[in-house]
Amino acid sequence: MQSQFLQFLFSGVTVGATYALAALGFTLIYNASGVINFAQGEFIMLGGMGAVFLAQAGLPLPLAIVLAIALAALAGVLVEKLAIEPAGNAEVVTLIIITIGASLTIRGLVQVFLGTGNHALPAFSGEAPIAVLGATLLPQSLWVLGVTGIVVAALAWFFGRTRMGKAMLATAHNKLAAQLVGVNVRFILLLSFALSAALGAVGGILVAPINYTSYDAGIMLGLKGFVAATLGGLGAGMGAVVGGLLLGVVEAMTAGYVSSAYKDATPFVLILLILFFRPQGLFGKKGTDRV
Amino acid sequence: MLQVKGLSKTFGGVKAVQEVSFTIQAGTIHSVIGPNGAGKTTLLNLITGVYAPTTGEIVFNGENVAGKSPDELARRRMNRTFQNLQVCMNMSAIDNVMVGAHLRLNQGLLSAMFRRPSLRRADAACREEATQLMEFAGVGKYLKAHASQMPYGALKRMEIARALAAKPQLLLLDEPAAGLNHTETGEIDVLIRKVADSGVTVVLVEHDMKLVMNLSDHILVLDYGKKLAEGTAAEVRANPDVIAAYLGASA
Amino acid sequence: MMNIFKSNCGVAVLAAALALLPLVLPNAFYYDVAIRIAINACVVIGLNLLMGYTGQISLGHAGFFGLGAYASAILTSRFGWPPMVALAAGAVATGLLAFGVARPILKLKGHYLAMATLGLGIIISIVIINESAWTGGPDGMQVGPFGLFGFELNGEHMWYWLMAALLLLVTWFALNLIDSPAGRALQAIHGSEIAARVAGVDVTASKVRVFVLSAVLASVLGSLSAHYVGFLSPGVSGFSHSIEFVTMVVVGGMASVFGSIFGAVILTMLPQLLSTFEGWETVAFGVILMLTMIFLPKGLVPTLRLKFSKAEP
Repeated sequence: MQSQFLQFLFSGVTVGATYALAALGFTLIYNASGVINFAQGEFIMLGGMGAVFLAQAGLPLPLAIVLAIALAALAGVLVEKLAIEPAGNAEVVTLIIITIGASLTIRGLVQVFLGTGNHALPAFSGEAPIAVLGATLLPQSLWVLGVTGIVVAALAWFFGRTRMGKAMLATAHNKLAAQLVGVNVRFILLLSFALSAALGAVGGILVAPINYTSYDAGIMLGLKGFVAATLGGLGAGMGAVVGGLLLGVVEAMTAGYVSSAYKDATPFVLILLILFFRPQGLFGKKGTDRV
Repeated sequence: MLQVKGLSKTFGGVKAVQEVSFTIQAGTIHSVIGPNGAGKTTLLNLITGVYAPTTGEIVFNGENVAGKSPDELARRRMNRTFQNLQVCMNMSAIDNVMVGAHLRLNQGLLSAMFRRPSLRRADAACREEATQLMEFAGVGKYLKAHASQMPYGALKRMEIARALAAKPQLLLLDEPAAGLNHTETGEIDVLIRKVADSGVTVVLVEHDMKLVMNLSDHILVLDYGKKLAEGTAAEVRANPDVIAAYLGASA
Repeated sequence: MMNIFKSNCGVAVLAAALALLPLVLPNAFYYDVAIRIAINACVVIGLNLLMGYTGQISLGHAGFFGLGAYASAILTSRFGWPPMVALAAGAVATGLLAFGVARPILKLKGHYLAMATLGLGIIISIVIINESAWTGGPDGMQVGPFGLFGFELNGEHMWYWLMAALLLLVTWFALNLIDSPAGRALQAIHGSEIAARVAGVDVTASKVRVFVLSAVLASVLGSLSAHYVGFLSPGVSGFSHSIEFVTMVVVGGMASVFGSIFGAVILTMLPQLLSTFEGWETVAFGVILMLTMIFLPKGLVPTLRLKFSKAEP
């Protein structure tokens, strides 16, 4: 019993770390520009698919990974430059539809050029499962959790201690004020998209050895990342991480104890519940409108 | 007609309105003035149901309406305009005004879809009325215009026309002269007087002193969320506390 | 300036076009495209009432379409119900579901609302896929022909006239609704909720009503579509299908009934043109969405209408 529970917990936390990275990406972009980037999932997919194909093309795995992340970041920059910036101060609906359009475009291009097959990356340090307290843990899971932990710590340092990071936070709070004190808001926006895409890509790469990746892997991952971000409270970095891990665990528990067929419905039932009862999420703040 | 008793509103740590009480007689023009941040708009929002009070009563025609929503108040013939212009820019000018008459028309979806003749007739009559109201408010030349094409001053007057379409007993205007130039302010002055002359009780929140002193039968002065003074224009003008609040204690 | 699209002239023109179209349609394939366009157009008109006019978002409307489709399929195939009754039952069930979730969902705004409707659509989709004993699961199920009072509808010609009449009716209803107090209330909600409230509009009730109306319409069309195509698969209720509907609203024109028809025409024909290039079809949809929202945020028909009214002396 206990080992089964642990098993579910391990797999839940592992996939939850990916959700956490995706959620952080959403939060970053939302904070910097107020946009919910429905293309976030495609950045995750680009990471995984990119690494797979670059490795297959003969590049050593570490190089393939770094390049894939860079490519995803580039995609992020392109989305900001070509889709978000021209839209100016459009309505929320408009921006949502634009990012959906961006996600369709990216996904379609990958489908055309890389096909519809499933692919997996080789595990980073072998496939021999490790026995822990009666359950088994894949070495890849340790990679996922470890790297995610490092990334989160790095982000915390970046936002808390560096000037660039603080400039990004300032832009998030008040774009005009940040501009007035000399922050290059244009650049910050580009940086947020690039960083957000890179984060997503890292998540996609980390989990590619465990779950297969394909051209449409991004849809569900992106949506679940958004659910995780909303769970934690849109705009709260800490919340994104907690939301992601929580979502992963709840999903795994549902798959294990309730029904594996309905595993995918869990995030969406969760989001409906959250939006109905506590839309500001676990760590977000409630707002009022001035009339 | 309207009695406010001990009204207070706190937002977190901010006491926006504190223990304000006053009475408004029917058929008068009543103004609320005060320095920036005095709580005038909050007071207006409390009376018109946008905010719910923390404590206190708002008695309108004998009924305590504190905390009721704006559409419930509209049903009780209270209406208002907004400081930062809440106009439907996605609709034509005449449609905007016709929305004001919503409560007096058949709102059913099915009747609408089937084009019931009674609904069509009422709609045509409403359109006639809206046209007249736009003329009354001085925006007759924008009859065929779309809201997005109209200048700011005209939109402000159209908003008043919309509020009048509901045939209110009490009309609250939140800074109707905000953003208007000298000529336009004069036009608003004339319009407000016409509205009051037609039998509507008017409550005005305003910064423009000339407008306030010209129009008002009764003035309420707020400062830091509390009532500072109350009286006719002459009484308020001479009140030393009021002068101190506006010009600084050393004046 | 008299805008011909706004008056009854528009409906008359549409009626004429629909009546004369069969004269130029060469064969059954073209009739099929026309029927599919009409099905999409009806759904999109309903969705536009919700999105363009009332300013809400629904990224899960295919869920309602799918509910109607599967309700009809299951009730006729597995229980032998008459098609009209099954259609009505599906519509009622969808309406009840929409009514049940409408209040909490429509309290939300912007991306939260988008997410909630998305979630609803995906949940419906997953249920359809998983309950394979009823629905045939991912492999789908067969659907019998549609019949009215014992008279069976067979062949593209009969379906064409049914769909043409339905499209005309839906268009007429929508135009009537817009030019009425209820319709103005909806548009006011989009323009400024607080202004609508102050004018006495019961904002929540209005939003709920238009949500349920558009959901029921989608369900009815889903049922008809199931009978017409003869075969159903869970994709009809999926996220991609919802996005297709939204694209039609947005490209054709938010807050424009004829825009919806236009959008349906263009985006139903597009996959036919690109049917062998699946990946490119997705890319095309994506690029069209982005370009339209950036350069023509009002959509095709409203933008054209503005251009023509400015050109008038």
